[in-house]
Amino acid sequence: MVKLFKSKKVEKNLVVNKDETYSGFQILWRELVKDRVALISLIFVSVIVIGVGVISLILNQDEIVRVDLFSLNQPPSSEYRLGTDQGGRDVFGLLIIGARNSLLVAALVTLLTGIIGILLGIVSGYFGGQVDHLLMRIVDYSNILPTLMIIIAFVTAVPNYTIIQFSLIMTLFRWTSIARLIRSRTLQERELEYVQASKTLGTSNFKTIFVQVLPNLSSLIIVTMTLNLAANIGLESGLSFLGFGFPDDTPSLGTLVSSARNPQILELRWWIWMPASILILLLMLSINNIGQALKRATDARQRRG
Amino acid sequence: MVHRILLMIPQIMVLSFIVFLLAQAMPGDALTGLIDPNIDPMTIELQRERLGLNDPWYVQYFNWITGVVQGDFGQSFRFKMPVTELIGQRLNNTIALSFLTLVFTYIIAIPLGVISGRYHDTWKDRLITTYTYLGFAAPLFTFALLMLYLFGFNLGWFPTSGSVAPGMEPGGVDYTLSRIYHMLLPALSIALITTVATVQYLRSEIIDIEQKDFVITARAKGASEKRVYNKHIFRNSLLPIASFLGFEIVALLGGTIFVETIFSYPGMGDLFINSILARDFSVMTALVLLYGIAAVIGALLSDIILMFVDPRIRIK
Repeated sequence: MVKLFKSKKVEKNLVVNKDETYSGFQILWRELVKDRVALISLIFVSVIVIGVGVISLILNQDEIVRVDLFSLNQPPSSEYRLGTDQGGRDVFGLLIIGARNSLLVAALVTLLTGIIGILLGIVSGYFGGQVDHLLMRIVDYSNILPTLMIIIAFVTAVPNYTIIQFSLIMTLFRWTSIARLIRSRTLQERELEYVQASKTLGTSNFKTIFVQVLPNLSSLIIVTMTLNLAANIGLESGLSFLGFGFPDDTPSLGTLVSSARNPQILELRWWIWMPASILILLLMLSINNIGQALKRATDARQRRG
Repeated sequence: MVHRILLMIPQIMVLSFIVFLLAQAMPGDALTGLIDPNIDPMTIELQRERLGLNDPWYVQYFNWITGVVQGDFGQSFRFKMPVTELIGQRLNNTIALSFLTLVFTYIIAIPLGVISGRYHDTWKDRLITTYTYLGFAAPLFTFALLMLYLFGFNLGWFPTSGSVAPGMEPGGVDYTLSRIYHMLLPALSIALITTVATVQYLRSEIIDIEQKDFVITARAKGASEKRVYNKHIFRNSLLPIASFLGFEIVALLGGTIFVETIFSYPGMGDLFINSILARDFSVMTALVLLYGIAAVIGALLSDIILMFVDPRIRIK
């Protein structure tokens, strides 16, 4: 039985017109290329990621974060492309290192929340029952928590945390929305014939979940992860801005912006906080654009490509 | 419904427990920063004993929660006054700011959503959709900073900090006007960002309703286009928006933390950041609890409104 369905012969008959059938990933890619704004966003994000990665390898981080009393608050010049901050540090260097740190943490949090959210969501949606009930109570409850305040209190309670610990704290409060989304889609998938069929054939639950249901959720997962990446950049820089993000000696986009909490710097020394603010805005906007284009691609009625 | 309200009690209790444990886990206590080296360590120890700081945590929790239930949040160590009194002043400011923000949110959202839905796929709609894209992606704090820089400092149209002009006596028209003037820029900054969700929702709601049978009926019986939109489509599309109100309030509360910090607006969000920095635990725990209670009530409010406007979703 199984062999018959897998044979090339049947597949060829199923594909009526080869030119009009695309795999999920091809559809996502076509939509991205077709939507010019999303394509430009993708190029911009790639350039920033590669640029920040390469330049931060060349830069000497210790030298950049060292305080230099002889060059405080200098406006942009040929020596300091974006001027210096209140500690005499080169803002351009801080911006590069900060962007690298912010992107790394956002990516790490997105990855961790993704793994936890997808695993819990898919398992609880597939099996249902008591575990599902308990999980949904937790997810619902986390929805009404004043999350921002609790993360701030949490960060204060952990003395001298590292970047990894900071990411874990963020992860603790960010996986729930992903779990909810994946669960609700799994509930729909569970009722479909292919799942029933593989159950009838005696396929193990493990295999059904990860080999059959999970691939069917892949486009949803990609969209969610993209939008979450943007949100995590925002959350990290927001927390750092308030002074509860990165440790003091580690620059991030948020810590650069946070110097603008001093009204004098905000008013008179735009070069310290403005570039980081604009980079945060552009990054979040671009990643969101990519995510929205991908989201359209998953809904055949809205596709442009 | 009663069940729904009763459920709020354990929700708040769990939150109070989380907050209390976090406050306990924070390094130092209210006396650490204030200790004068000339004071005899014995005196400090006695003071700790007197304040109950040496009791086991469950005794402290019990003492604290008994007070909270009776409306007593303890003393602020930093401001040397009862927490309820301290928060009272700030609460007033934050509620005023949130109210103005809500007003702006709907003033912006309703016309934009209606235009964008009614004339969808025209240049007007595309312009509004672009704006909602931008607002959806932009983080509130950078947007608020840019607003403050541009309109507060560069153009000087708005005050850059505080909730009222210095030296103003409470009461009177001038005082009220000054307060509103100080709230305009912070409120607009939040509203311009948070309104986009409502605009998007209203737009898709209107496009959806346009296809409904009762709209076709209204057109068929010869109702004017204006009447179809104002009477039939607009009214029906507002119902789900109304139920958004509760969640809107929850989102607002998070936003006030950023905006109050940026605009040095003396509200609860600003107080929260300061109390954490000063290790003023009694204030901090009270604020987190209040925000949590506000969020729970907001969610409940949404359910209640939804129940009233949509008979299909009656909560049993």
